[in-house]
Amino acid sequence: MRIEQREHQSKVLIVVAPLMAVVASLSIAGVLIALAGAPVFEAYKVIFVGAFGSKFAITETLTRATPLIVTGLAAAVAFRARIWNIGAEGQLYMGALLATAVGYQNFLGLPSFALIPLLIVTGAVAGMVMLVIPLGLRLRFGVDEVVTTLLLNFVVLLFVSMMLDGPMKDPLAFGWPQSVPVVDEGLLPKLVERSRLHLGLVIAIALAIMVYVLNQFTVFGLESKAAGFNPVAARFAGVPFEKTLIKVACLSGGLAGIAGAIEVTGVKGLVSNDLSASFGYAGIVVAMLASLNPIGVIFAAIFTAMMFVGSESMSRTFGIPSFIADVVVSLSLLTMLVAVFLSNYRIRR
Amino acid sequence: MAEHVVLHLDSITKRFGSFAANDNISIELRRGEVVALLGENGAGKTTLMNILFGHYVPDEGEVFIEGRRISHGKPKEAIAAGVGMVHQHFSLAKNLTVIENVMTGTEPLFGLKSETAKAKRKLKELEDKFGLVVDPDARVGDLSVGEQQRVEILKALYNDARILILDEPTGVLTQQEAEGLFDTLRTMAQDGLSIIFISHKLNEVMNGSDRVVVLRAGKVTAERDTSETSKEELAELMVGRRVERPVREEASFGDVVLRVENVGLSAGLVSRLSDINLEIRAGETLGIVGVSGNGQAALCDVVAGVLHPDQGTISINGAEVQNLNPRDLSNMKVGRTPEDRNTQGAVGELTLWENTVLERIKDPRFSSRGFVKKSEGRAYCKDLIDRFDVRGGTPNSRISRLSGGNMQKLILGRCLAEHPVFLLAAQPTRGLDEGAIAAIHEDILIARKAGAAVLLVSEDLDEVVSLSDRIMAIHGGKLSPAVETEHVDSRKLGLMMAGEWGGLS
Repeated sequence: MRIEQREHQSKVLIVVAPLMAVVASLSIAGVLIALAGAPVFEAYKVIFVGAFGSKFAITETLTRATPLIVTGLAAAVAFRARIWNIGAEGQLYMGALLATAVGYQNFLGLPSFALIPLLIVTGAVAGMVMLVIPLGLRLRFGVDEVVTTLLLNFVVLLFVSMMLDGPMKDPLAFGWPQSVPVVDEGLLPKLVERSRLHLGLVIAIALAIMVYVLNQFTVFGLESKAAGFNPVAARFAGVPFEKTLIKVACLSGGLAGIAGAIEVTGVKGLVSNDLSASFGYAGIVVAMLASLNPIGVIFAAIFTAMMFVGSESMSRTFGIPSFIADVVVSLSLLTMLVAVFLSNYRIRR
Repeated sequence: MAEHVVLHLDSITKRFGSFAANDNISIELRRGEVVALLGENGAGKTTLMNILFGHYVPDEGEVFIEGRRISHGKPKEAIAAGVGMVHQHFSLAKNLTVIENVMTGTEPLFGLKSETAKAKRKLKELEDKFGLVVDPDARVGDLSVGEQQRVEILKALYNDARILILDEPTGVLTQQEAEGLFDTLRTMAQDGLSIIFISHKLNEVMNGSDRVVVLRAGKVTAERDTSETSKEELAELMVGRRVERPVREEASFGDVVLRVENVGLSAGLVSRLSDINLEIRAGETLGIVGVSGNGQAALCDVVAGVLHPDQGTISINGAEVQNLNPRDLSNMKVGRTPEDRNTQGAVGELTLWENTVLERIKDPRFSSRGFVKKSEGRAYCKDLIDRFDVRGGTPNSRISRLSGGNMQKLILGRCLAEHPVFLLAAQPTRGLDEGAIAAIHEDILIARKAGAAVLLVSEDLDEVVSLSDRIMAIHGGKLSPAVETEHVDSRKLGLMMAGEWGGLS
């Protein structure tokens, strides 16, 4: 028996493989649900109904998916150019913090349609800086960005805590460590009345389409892929290697920063220590589930959000820990890696 | 020589899907004999040896060693029967020492004491017997490629191999190392070992073997005693048609196109190039020979715009270019084929068309306002595929799917299609088979005829002599004076490559 590369990636498998991976991960997690003493199919039904069963459930799932789409894109663009950005979590918080710092007072008296873009751009700039620094260290001194971006997450979280207990602390929050809120003109409008679903979803989808176009149709997309896969050949072909990677880092870090700005202006209106439910890390899983395809990221993010939102219902109904969602998402990442492998290779005897 | 048959491959057939990599192949190997298995890339040589060694299971046929049938797919049984294999890509642990590598797999995992001293003694005996000198305590990663190969051979001998199989053993060696290797193989054969080596190089087959088995498209097309055949006959048997490498015609040269003056390059404190001076006229080919590692790579990178020299100037048709980047050069009609096609010449994960337009992506033909003109890129690539006879891929397939020869044809094609005024051809045929070499040589000669100045950097002396008008040698980062090709012979080239160019004009 041996494994050989397929001549062309099968078009059918690109779609079918992720679905098979999801089914496989649900089957394996089903064993755990059964061990926890709940009926497996019932449990999955409750998850699904909990995530999509009502208008409210759907808006909750999509609200949860919104930051995941954007952090998923951040990971996808970076990984495609072989920049291992594990720091989306920190970039997200910095984006949120800076957007709030700019948006807690409307100094210039801007209307919403100007202030909101300003806050989002502010978030993007914060995220960019947080990734361009580690990339610069890699290009100049060969410091592994996996280590620097990962560790920066903790630095940023502590910095955020410091700001929330210090300069940016809301004096009206009864001592809770949370920031002053963003002014009303800076908040994203709701998409659905009496829900948390906000304009950020539209922005996220627009960003996914933008990244898709960048990847597929532009010189930047081609050069970043070439630079990521084979720096030596890219240099030989005259691709400006460092410049290209810095552009990619700006895009990736910028997206993660935007995720933070959107989350602040869309959902909470302020920064707190629990602003992100590990959206930065989950974005890595989302990107991998989507095989780094920006359009696939949208669906992968919705799937991941579904598991998290739905498993809370399941937890309430059957008394099973909602950690099962983490298990399913993690398993689907593993099965997806196998599926990606299989869609690129075939097994022969 | 005893007529005792030690190895018999009987009617081996191996199919991959509908493709028969080996079709009813029978080969006998006698004691004390060196057999060359000759064939082009993809003829089925490596598949056959993998079957013999137990890595693959054949669909039909049997393997007999010393008359005993070997069960399929069991490398351990093959090793126990005395088969040793030296792979093209060595299977050594680079972080272990020589002796540790040699002993790997011979000792029980939970043995109480290691028998290193005894092993060293045995290794020493083997070294002395066959002239395979290596320091047993050296780390394998610190050894040269030639020495690593010696370790591979010693490892096989340490396991009491009586039949040694070498897969493309000279692919990674310099000429001197290769000659040393064949001396060793000869000594081993005299000692009663039987040897099969796989090769597609006619010279070494003629010099190093007693008998030649020629494979083509999975079948044995001929068996010859080496003393009764010739290079020409073997080439024809191997390729299936008469291949002759094209020969350079006399030509008149134009004005100087490439002028390199006093170029120097250092990396840290190490000087990689110093006082490089050369000139190439339109329609002229300058060949650079040298033992690998003497500055060829740096010279090519400087000329290709990948590195910028610390001193000196490079000009093309009078314009200084030493500080230009690859894209500027490409715009000035400089064609560049890199030394290593896989790492420098192509991004394996990109498609053929993406690779063909990458260095010209800013050209208005292939992009506008930052958007890639995909259909133009594909059409351009399709045209190159047709014109340069690139087989095995469409514009949309990944370039890593191509064989070395076809990849090289495409890389050279993307230079030639732009009618270069200057062509850098660095190691253009390294690792290619005869058919592909002839095609590449033809392309280079066409460029020369069209008036390009060609800089040919190669380790293949035959290639340099047949294509170049003048030859220089590079040694220790310095260039020898140029000599007319008509005035060189192999002795003179050898002296030049050794850096002894005192007597040259």
